[in-house]
Amino acid sequence: MSEKNLTIALMDPPYESANSTTAFRIIAAALRRGFRVNVFAYEGAVCLPLKDQSPHANPVKGTTVEEEDHPTTSKFVSALLALGGDRLTWVNCGLCVDERGAANAVEGVRRGSPADFFKMAEGATNTLVIPTK
Amino acid sequence: MTSYLFIETRDPFESRDTEFVAETAAALKERDNEVTVFLVQNGVLAARRGARDPYLSRLAQAGVRVLADDFSLSERGIAGDDLRVGVTQSGVETLVEMLAREETKAVWH
Repeated sequence: MSEKNLTIALMDPPYESANSTTAFRIIAAALRRGFRVNVFAYEGAVCLPLKDQSPHANPVKGTTVEEEDHPTTSKFVSALLALGGDRLTWVNCGLCVDERGAANAVEGVRRGSPADFFKMAEGATNTLVIPTK
Repeated sequence: MTSYLFIETRDPFESRDTEFVAETAAALKERDNEVTVFLVQNGVLAARRGARDPYLSRLAQAGVRVLADDFSLSERGIAGDDLRVGVTQSGVETLVEMLAREETKAVWH
């Protein structure tokens, strides 16, 4: 049986909607199944792996940064890259990165273009596009 | 046979364009396709027993398989035994398996 290969396009920026969380869950589940996963991050989604993100305290609960252990999206992306190894490819749209000054991505994120998404989709068992609302 | 997988994230009480998914899914089913609607995020809000929106009932009557994400249900305080008839609790592992099937068209809404 040939290896399963999912391609996922993301567009939502961090902390905008539950789409990002669901996408992370889908990617993790696919990797745990042994599938290869290609992610193409477009528009605001290129900020998901931005290394400059800082966790924060929770003034409502009165917890410190350490107590809150706030999960940033860049930590989620790092965890997925660690989980998938060479079975997860994450490509950020280069023009979207430049527009947003978001080049400082976590290790393992590549720079690319919509042409990469086209190639990913061509070779995929299935492609899921998760648009902004 | 082509399979269609609609991933519905929207709350039908907030977003009336969930009707688009219901009508399209039912029409595809009438044409002998395998059709699943996977409810996730606020899409699960109509799955609670007693919720008044009728669109999930129409989907079930049309023979469309309706699944609801366990994580989203839990976040919104909807227990598995509080689901309306025709909706089955599921999870992203099942969603991933469906995505990995050949000849499956997936639509995120």
